[in-house]
Amino acid sequence: MKLNFDRRQVLVLGAGCALTGLVGVDFASAQGKNDINEVIGKFTGGKAPTMGRVKLDVPEIAENGNTVPMTVSVESPMTAQNYVQEVLIVADGNPRSGVATFHFGPSTGIAEANTRIRLASTQNVTAIAKMNDGSFFSTTKEVKVTIGGCGG
Amino acid sequence: MLSRRDFVQLAAATAAILPAGWTRALAQQRLTQADLLKFDSIGNVTLVHVADIHGQLIPVHFREPSVNIGVGEVKGLVPHLTGKALLDRYKIPAGSAAAHALTFENFAALGKTYGKLGGLDRVSTIVKSIRAERGDRTVFLDGGDTWTNSYTALQSKGQDMIDCMSILKPDAMTGHWEFTLGEKRVKEITEKLGFPFLAQNIRDNEWNEPVFESTAYVERGGVKIAIIGQAFPYTPIANPRWMIPKWSFGIREEDLQANVEKARKAGASLVVLLSHNGFDVDRKLASRVRGIDVILTAHTHDALPDVVKAGKTLLVASGSHGKFVSRLDLEVRNGEIKDFRFKLIPVFSDAIASDPEMNARIRQHREPHEKMLREKIGTAQTLIYRRGNFNGTLDDVICDALIAERDAEIALSPGFRWGNSLLPGQDITREDIYNATAISYPNVYRMQMTGARIKEILEDVADNLFNPDPYYQQGGDMVRVGGLSYTIDINRKIGERISNLVLIRKGQKLDPVKEYTVSGWASVNEGTEGPAIWDVVTSHIKKKGAVAPRESANVKVVGV
Amino acid sequence: MAEAKPRIKLDKKEAKKGDIIEVKALVSHIMETGQRKDREGKVIPRKILNKFTCTVNGKEVFSADFEPAVSANPYIQFKFKAEESGPVVLTWIDDDGSKIVGEDSIKVS
Repeated sequence: MKLNFDRRQVLVLGAGCALTGLVGVDFASAQGKNDINEVIGKFTGGKAPTMGRVKLDVPEIAENGNTVPMTVSVESPMTAQNYVQEVLIVADGNPRSGVATFHFGPSTGIAEANTRIRLASTQNVTAIAKMNDGSFFSTTKEVKVTIGGCGG
Repeated sequence: MLSRRDFVQLAAATAAILPAGWTRALAQQRLTQADLLKFDSIGNVTLVHVADIHGQLIPVHFREPSVNIGVGEVKGLVPHLTGKALLDRYKIPAGSAAAHALTFENFAALGKTYGKLGGLDRVSTIVKSIRAERGDRTVFLDGGDTWTNSYTALQSKGQDMIDCMSILKPDAMTGHWEFTLGEKRVKEITEKLGFPFLAQNIRDNEWNEPVFESTAYVERGGVKIAIIGQAFPYTPIANPRWMIPKWSFGIREEDLQANVEKARKAGASLVVLLSHNGFDVDRKLASRVRGIDVILTAHTHDALPDVVKAGKTLLVASGSHGKFVSRLDLEVRNGEIKDFRFKLIPVFSDAIASDPEMNARIRQHREPHEKMLREKIGTAQTLIYRRGNFNGTLDDVICDALIAERDAEIALSPGFRWGNSLLPGQDITREDIYNATAISYPNVYRMQMTGARIKEILEDVADNLFNPDPYYQQGGDMVRVGGLSYTIDINRKIGERISNLVLIRKGQKLDPVKEYTVSGWASVNEGTEGPAIWDVVTSHIKKKGAVAPRESANVKVVGV
Repeated sequence: MAEAKPRIKLDKKEAKKGDIIEVKALVSHIMETGQRKDREGKVIPRKILNKFTCTVNGKEVFSADFEPAVSANPYIQFKFKAEESGPVVLTWIDDDGSKIVGEDSIKVS
């Protein structure tokens, strides 16, 4: 069989075994110190959050670091007496830790929000909920941002 | 359990390794369809399962892996037992037909004795026979990886498999490689499939809404059964995302829990997960999601002669390439499995009759290409196989071809788990080459990569395989390398597993900053340029005439 | 940047008092992070939608502050409790002060 290609033709842009991802992420990875501790400290006023009540639904492995689906929800009756005020989302591997802050109230009914976020590399995503009584709850999940896969 | 005893009896009947020449006739005489299909039925439901056929319409040799390492909590557990350890675990005599179907041991010799396995016409005989016996108690399910990876599947965009499988009237299927036909084709097929294509874990990435049905309900033997589909969660990472840009996958454990609860509320007495997660992912899932009675596993190509129990959930592993059909009889009462019997039926193609209806359909699809497919390209002088965590002789041949045909220093070949085996002395036909390479993104790239980049790729893929948390595993094998040797410590963390990278032809350590010419195939990046992998391999084998790959010693594994 | 019309989906248009309504919204926006460089090596200035608010019949039920780590063409999904009929107004505020506004409505009985 005749092969109609130059065997030394070099592909300039592109590929690996199954390389994806990182080349195209809108962020660089955190170089030096990410400001996560300062941002959390400012949000909680230095109070240590209790683990629990907060659920963070993120993929174990991101399909695309530029748009990683993220849902946060907090257990709460969401009544005038007992509700979630705010939820802070931070990530420790981006150049800056801030991702989003969601503001809820009794009229929200259910403390849940979903958006899509940028993750420059494998890192921890943390959600911290501030309750109307001034207490804080949190959870953390690792999202792997991979460069390749050869599955199958 | 009866099922295993049956299998062992069958094994014992064929245990002897007989002198060459008349072995095959004797083996065939002893191996009968009646024995292979024998089953003391019980209960009110029979689940019949096939998975990972990978486009194989006709019988094949397929050597099971010799290396299939389990890490973390699953170390030393099935399906991470191979060869003798697996035979001992299930008390199967070495040299028996069952041993040949389930392990790599003495594969070339036993392959000649027992012949090929699989063939959709034989599978059809089995499915029809079970349906004849069990009537409306039968549910037949296809775990996916059905429509791709042969020449006829490639050129017909899966139509050959769809037409043939339609004879078997599956009650549902799910998928993985199916998605490499692209979003448009998958939608076009699934809309007129005649049975549900289920995937509870795919949502559109615009409105976050389900793309496929999650659940199918069937009533069999008076039992309302919910079948929930789970497609391969990492399809857009392990395969090209650009082919399915609007769909987002993932394990989606919470959605699954909600779907199980919905099924129970809808009155299902039996909840079956038709999964393409891979065995270890399903085992972890079974410990976390409540209310699943049976998981029909797939993707990791494990063939287990008995069910594995994880809590109350039964896990079935039905092998690959059409080598096996699983039959699970269940006694379901008051929303619970009260009793069950299982048999992994090995599809010995010399013992099981060809179903004429399926055979005619297969011939119809193959006939126009048969002459081309049978063309001899070369000869296999040694056993050619793919499976194994780190290498296989098939990929050694492909890596040699990449280096020679594209004038590269290093070759990378994906760690696919599909691809048939060839016995020593067998012709290598054009079809054999397609069976090892037929994918919809076949371009062979040639590019410069730094030593650091190459290490990064190996680290990344190693973590897909050896991350101790199964939810982070993608279920392929390690990317194969040519021209390069390395050491891997499987117990370390990502970034620390791979060391001692050496460019073999110069005997030099890989320099992190120096650039090397690398050739590979199956890049998931859109617009990858280069000739098709089957043309590169064909050209190489034609020049060589015969290939005789030996067990490679290029990867040193520590920490096992 | 404020020319694109946002797309909004409510899972119910008519509800009983106390029902939970799910809102999904998509808007076109580059969400420039302020951390990328152009070909000349100059930093491309940040330009994001930094604030999102939802009001129902004039009363705020949910809001969010966005950082550059929110993806381009931001998606937002949240819930609120149906109390009274009226317009459901979604507002995004750009770094440059401009607004993107989208509107739907709900009938509560």
